[in-house]
Amino acid sequence: MDKKQVLSTLLRKTLMALTGLFLCFFLVIHLLGNLQLLMPPEQAKESFNSYSHLLSGNIFIKIISYVLYASILIHCLDALLITLSNRKTAGKYAVDKRGASSKWYSRNMGILGTLILIFLVFHFKDFWYQYKFGSLPKDESGHKDLYTIVIAAYQDWWYVLFYVLSMFALGYHLLHGFFSAARSLGVYHPKYVSWIRVFAIGYSYAITIGFAIIPIYIYLTQHVLWN
Amino acid sequence: MKIYLKIWRQSDAGSPGQLVSYELDQVIPHMSFLEMMDTLNEQLILNGDRPVEFDHDCREGICGQCGMMINGRAHGPIPHLTTCQLHMREFKDGDTIYVEPFRGAAFPVKRDLRVDRSAFDRIIMAGGFVSVNTGQAPEANGIPITHEQAESAFDSAACIGCGACVATCKNSSAALFTSAKIAHLAKLPQGKMESGKRVLSMVAQMDIEAFGHCSNTEACEVECPQHISVLNIARMNWEYTLSRILKK
Repeated sequence: MDKKQVLSTLLRKTLMALTGLFLCFFLVIHLLGNLQLLMPPEQAKESFNSYSHLLSGNIFIKIISYVLYASILIHCLDALLITLSNRKTAGKYAVDKRGASSKWYSRNMGILGTLILIFLVFHFKDFWYQYKFGSLPKDESGHKDLYTIVIAAYQDWWYVLFYVLSMFALGYHLLHGFFSAARSLGVYHPKYVSWIRVFAIGYSYAITIGFAIIPIYIYLTQHVLWN
Repeated sequence: MKIYLKIWRQSDAGSPGQLVSYELDQVIPHMSFLEMMDTLNEQLILNGDRPVEFDHDCREGICGQCGMMINGRAHGPIPHLTTCQLHMREFKDGDTIYVEPFRGAAFPVKRDLRVDRSAFDRIIMAGGFVSVNTGQAPEANGIPITHEQAESAFDSAACIGCGACVATCKNSSAALFTSAKIAHLAKLPQGKMESGKRVLSMVAQMDIEAFGHCSNTEACEVECPQHISVLNIARMNWEYTLSRILKK
């Protein structure tokens, strides 16, 4: 019997955990950058555009961005392979009430992940692609005016709704994912396990609310306060 | 009590099975679930039908033989219980109860509710042995072990191998079972020496047997009759990664 394994079920999960945690780390940096959009309009425009310019010119950020693209790809492909293999091993029941013993979002990480991926396609198309390859107008400082593009995007209520709902999908994905990553990496000490559980919940709430509040704030300030 | 049953009947591993309906009168609430099944089988035998086959042995919740999916949950609706410890008072007069075998690619149905769980035995065998020289009984305090350490190892060793963790897992993963065995020996000095080798071969065997990935939904801990903690899975992951990194 051949017992030499390259990628065992455990290593596949380790890969999910490592790429997932890197994406979690990235989300924090992304959110901190986005929070500049909550400043008064003139200040926000100057600050956000020069921040975007700073990031796009930095070699260190460039390396991080390639790690980011790789993480997204590996996380998705690994998830797909795991799901396909699980489909073969899983037992099926005529009457299935197994849901009573676990959380719905823990059982549906694949669906939540797919929703996030669909969101990412639009997100990359509207902002990332525009900034990298589109012809953006320049602001007063001569930086590409990403701020105006972002503000323009959140003028439609349906776009804001799509964005906010996607953030909830992300939130539930994180609620299971962050804690699960620590489990897959082997944190077994009861004290640190409970600390991580509390941190993971706080982290998921902070990321979800932090990202969701920005389009709502922009929509409300543009439509209600200044019109 | 009158109980309506829908039980999975399958004549052998190769044939397709189906849910068959039965009615059972005069069920006493104090009966265990298995006694109710015995009553049904007596009725079937009297009618000249083939009785429903199911695994059982001690009927006191410690052997891990009995295992059924009852109304879509492993060992029935109550968490941390074996099927033999489930009583009919948990059901109401006139209830319909669905009874299916534990399922999973690694748990083929042999007949009716009887399932081949020998994949578990092969995982244990893959773990090998603890190298202890035979001879005279060693001095009991020769290897110092704290009370907490011994208790913790025993908590992991308490697994009865019933398979409810696999049956309730959405991927039919054997992570809880395998990890309990790995952690039990890794927590004691006698087993620790070979823990690196052991975790690699047991995980390899677990994958060969076609058990799924662990999604960390923690459903297995809820259904486990022995309250085996999911922290064992974390321990297995730790031991495994460490062993892969340190392996020559």
